[in-house]
Order: sequence, then structure tokens, then C-alpha cells
Amino acid sequence: MTLTIHDLRKEPGSYLPGSAACPGCGATLAFRIASRVLGPNTVYVVPASCFSVIQSPFPKSAISAPLYNIAFPAAAATASGVYRAYKMLGRDVNVVVWAGDGGTVDIGIQALSGAAERGEDIIYVCYDNEAYMNTGIQRSGATPLMAWTKTTPTGKREMPKDMPMIVAAHRVPYVATASVGYPFDLANKFEKAKKMKGFRYIHIFSTCPPGWNSPVSKTAEVAKLAVDTYFWPLYEIENGKLRITVKPRKRPLKEFLELQDRFRGLSDEQIEELEKIVMEKWNFLLHLEKSERVF
Amino acid sequence: MAVEGTWEIITGNHAAAIAAKLARVKVVPAYPITPQTTIVEYIASFIESGHMDAEYIRVESEHSAMAAAIGASAAGVRAFTATASQGLLLMSEVLHWAAGSRLPIGMAVVNRAVGPPWNIHVDHQDTMSQRDTGWLQVYISSNQEVLDTILMMYKVAEHPDVLLPFMVCLDGFVLSHTYMPVNIPRQEEVDEFLPEYSPPHWKLDPENPITFGNLALPDEYQEMRWSMDLSMRRALDLIEDVAEEFFQKFGRYHGGATWKYKVEDADYIIVTAGTMASEAEVAVDELREEGMKVGLLKVRAFRPFPHRDVAEVLQDRKGVVIIDRSIAFSSGGPIGIEVRSSLYNRSGSPPIANYVTGLGGRDITYEDIARMTKDGIGRITSDRLRRPYYWYKLKPEYEKIELSEEVRL
Repeated sequence: MTLTIHDLRKEPGSYLPGSAACPGCGATLAFRIASRVLGPNTVYVVPASCFSVIQSPFPKSAISAPLYNIAFPAAAATASGVYRAYKMLGRDVNVVVWAGDGGTVDIGIQALSGAAERGEDIIYVCYDNEAYMNTGIQRSGATPLMAWTKTTPTGKREMPKDMPMIVAAHRVPYVATASVGYPFDLANKFEKAKKMKGFRYIHIFSTCPPGWNSPVSKTAEVAKLAVDTYFWPLYEIENGKLRITVKPRKRPLKEFLELQDRFRGLSDEQIEELEKIVMEKWNFLLHLEKSERVF
Repeated sequence: MAVEGTWEIITGNHAAAIAAKLARVKVVPAYPITPQTTIVEYIASFIESGHMDAEYIRVESEHSAMAAAIGASAAGVRAFTATASQGLLLMSEVLHWAAGSRLPIGMAVVNRAVGPPWNIHVDHQDTMSQRDTGWLQVYISSNQEVLDTILMMYKVAEHPDVLLPFMVCLDGFVLSHTYMPVNIPRQEEVDEFLPEYSPPHWKLDPENPITFGNLALPDEYQEMRWSMDLSMRRALDLIEDVAEEFFQKFGRYHGGATWKYKVEDADYIIVTAGTMASEAEVAVDELREEGMKVGLLKVRAFRPFPHRDVAEVLQDRKGVVIIDRSIAFSSGGPIGIEVRSSLYNRSGSPPIANYVTGLGGRDITYEDIARMTKDGIGRITSDRLRRPYYWYKLKPEYEKIELSEEVRL
């Protein structure tokens, strides 16, 4: 069954009005959709990230599901402990890590890898705004090549880690990429993950207007263009089998890049180089899609 | 008050593992480190052989071990783990997190020196360096005390007035790998003494959702730290009460926050912790045979620190000899520092000779304790107590430098 807007509207979700998020925050859009699919029988574990602030300060909270804040490197391990305790208590609760890219691909990667290898029955979500945004825009292992951040003032010189593939190499039952520009694709990936058992990983491209200097009114458009330009392909790997879930007609990468100041000043040659990398990745995914098992 | 249960000859690590089983802990995240390893090995075998009903999480680091214990405790079950040395230091961030979350997690720490250089033998540098994490800390002198104290400390830690995690600190190899007779209490009696954990304050529960640990601004934060300090202080009386209750039920008493030996008529008191305290008991007897009126104050609880108890025992004595197994660089032994804090602003404050020794497993016997005590008494009686602390049992060539050094302290 495929979720539609009618299904999503029926569920209130766990995101309340009056949060401390920035205008146009992609991460809150992702949470709004995900929490509607996951429902109230869900516990969230949040490492240091924008979401530590978005939930709003004590004694208030903008999150209506139980949420535990934990130290930066520890989210996947803490979620493992929560899940095992519920298992001992005979309770069936969705245990979800809600982490940023720094907490996932950098400081949290060890705990994440351990939990994936052990096959903990949790859903690990990385909302990826492609830099340390909560601390004020420093580069992370997820920051794209050539992107400006405050610690890469002339543009990042390295490729980002391919985190979904790194997790998939642990041979976990479900890995998916998603984008807040494709809300129903995102919702349906949560729906599928929710019904599965074992370690599930969803990596969401989440527009960050203050960090990327993109228009706050164009959060969805930027995230949609990321997919349509093949900058952020949408796929899932279910029990080792890869499927590209959205195959849009290719649009020039420039349309995505020019909406954000973090790519401002790139030469035509640089944009050409990025186009080449994007197409290589896309063709590689098409190739993988033909395989019986990716990992 | 008859001692029931069964007698076994086991190591301190085996005793710790049995205590975790008897406490019916439900989640055990585990990561190996010498000399803790056999604790988590025993627990793995208990669980896999069906003798213990718990989830065992084979985590990839000590940081994750404590993080997983936090998750389990936050979800509402009793959690246990064990570590040593570098492992404890890697945990440091999440030790603070466990205490700040008010989760009564239990942990056995097998005391081991800190690198570099690598050294797997006993001293207290690892746990002493974590003294301000908000964990209750008890230092242990025998394998029986290991088992009994883990059971007692769960009861203290889970009390609504406390709700802080605890570490039971046992000396690496000296206890962890040394066989001693231990009475294993019957499960039914332990169950009566230590009922199932039910969080009285908060837990992660979709039926009653709360957000825990979000930003607290300056107008909220300080009272949260104060409440931890208050709980820590309240734990002092509870440690005594629970020790008394344990004695009534099982017939064994290892002391409360302190253990006193022949202090009533003593002119001089030795203060120390861990297995050096059992050596010190022998030293007290030897010194008394030589005509010196010496007693022993063993510090069991280092956190909370029993300031009043310590001050009352030490006040108006002719002198105090404090023996530490760790070094607060340029400041002395951590116990020495605390004891001074207990005595300052009180009348009848005795002179204190503080010794730092036994690091990295350098053996400290009752003879060493007696020697330090005599040295201390000598300094006190002949007005040669010039330094805040002294190193003991340095190799002679280093001792020479140490004694000739003009110390700027």
C-alpha cells in the first residue's frame, strides 16, 4: 500500500507548533512527515544536533513523543539499550534515532556501525543538512565537494562519505535515501521501514536555508532539485536489493547549485566536474539496480 | 542472622558477575578490557546457559557500553556494566550523562593504572579521575565485599532520595583475579532485599511521553546540579542504613561509608582505601604489638565523601597518616585532599602525613603501611612535616631526587 496525503493528514504526528527551528528548516519538515508515519508508539533518541535546539528549551518541548537527548557520539548505542530494555519488558515500541549528519557520518559513525552490525531492531534516521549547522556551518564528512562552509571558506576539497552505502555494507535489512522535496517517497520509506525488523537506516536530504543561504520559501524546491539533478538520488536497498525509487528527467545541476550561496562562484569547469561526478554516481546506481544483491 | 547461602572459592570478578545475576539486572552492555574481562565473560555464560535472564549487548566501545546502559535504564530497567582504566576514561562523557539523567546504573570498575605507558595493574587513578561525574563510588577490600556491595549499592542508588549511578571499585588482580571464599546468598533472599527496579522519577514511555535533557538555560541549570549534590549527600545516611539492613538479613557488615578498626583509643589513625585497607589492618595489629596506639579508618565511600564521619574520627588525634593509590599531580593524594577538607574549620585538627604510593601495581604490603605510618608519626612528632604529601616506595635513585628537590608547593 502506498501512503498518500490523505493518510498523512489523518495522523497528527509528534511535532507541535512553536518549535525553535529556523524558518524553512528541512529537518522539521522531515520530522513532521516521519512522525506521522511512525505514530505515537515511538521513542526518539537525539544526539547533539539542530534537533537538540529545535525541540525547544526546558521546561517546554515541541515534540509530543518521548524523546531522550544523548551525547554526540552515542545515539545508536543508547537506542540499542532502549530497544533491549523494551525487549526484556515485552514491549513493542519503535525506537528511532533522529540524528544530524555530523552525529551520523562523523562522531557517531562508530556507535552506528556497531548497532548495525549487531542488527539492533531500531530505525536510524540521518537528517542531512550537509554540515555542522547547529554550531554555525562547519564542514562535516557529509559536506559536498566544493561547498562553502565556515571551515572550508574556499570550498570543500574532499568528497563526502557515501553513508547510505557504508551502512548498506553492514548487510542490514533496509537502507534508503530520501529528500524533503519528495515527501511521499519519504513517507513510504518510513512506512516500509516501520513494518520491517532489524536495523533500518534512512538518510534524508534536508535543506538548510541559513546554512546554505537558500531562500526560506524554497526549501522543498531545493530538495526536489537535488533529486531532479541527480545530486541526491532516491533509492532503497531492501535485503540487499537496490531500487531507484524516483527516476526524474535529468535537469542541469546548475539549477540546483544556483539556488544556494554555498556553491556561489563556482567556475563553469567546476560545475562541469560536479556534473560528471553526479552522472557517474547515477550510472553506478543504474548498474547496481541490475544486480541481485548489492551487498 | 545466620549466614545461609552457599560458600564458593571465587575471584573478585566472579563475585561481581554473580552479584549482577543476583540483582536480576535486565540489560548488560559489555566491552572487554583487562582486568575486567572475566566479569563480562561470566555474565555472557550465565545468560547463554539460561541461568540469567538479561539482554547482553556486545557493544563496540566503552562509550557505547555506558550509552547503552543509559538507554536501558532510561527505558526503565536495571542495567549493569563493568570496565577499567582506559575504558572508564573513554566513558567519561557518558558517565556525566548517566548521572545527570538520574539513572541508577550499576558498574564494577576494576581499578587499573592509566597509560601511557601501558600498565594493567592496580592503582586508583582511573576512578579517582572520574570523581566529579556524579557517580557514587565505593572502594572494596575483599571478594565478599564486592558481591555484597553491588547488591547494597543498587538499593542505595535506586532510592528516590538518591537516583544516581554507582561504581563499585575493586583493585585489579589483587581482587579481580584472586580467589577467596565468598558466601553466595540465596536468590529468594536477595529478591526480598532488592525488589525489581521501578523508576520512581521518569522513564521513556510512549504512554507518558516526556522530553528529557533538552536545553536548560542559566535560569534552570544550576538547581539541577544542586539537586545532584543534595542527592549525593543524602546517599551517605542511606549507605549506613542499607548496610545495617544487609547485616540484619545476611549477617555480614563491611562498614557503611567508612570502616573503622581499633580507632577508639588510637593516638594515630591510618586512612586508606581498597585492598591497602586490608593490609593496613594487619599493620595496625603489628604496630600495636610494638606499643604504638594506631587505628584504621577505611574510606569505603569516596563519593559521597563522608566528611562528618571522617572528621569525628580524626579530630583531636595526635596525627593522621593518609595513604593514596593515585596522584593529583602537584596536589597530593585525592583522599588526602578530601580529608583535609573534612577537618579544616574544625577545632582539634590533627597534623596529616599524606603518602602517594602503589601506582601501576607496585606492591604495598602491611610492612609498607607500617613503614609509612612510622615515617608519618616520626615527621609529626619531630616537626618535620613540611610537605602536603610525600611519595613512598620510589626507587632509591628517584627517592634521592625527590627528597633533595626544593618543592615549590
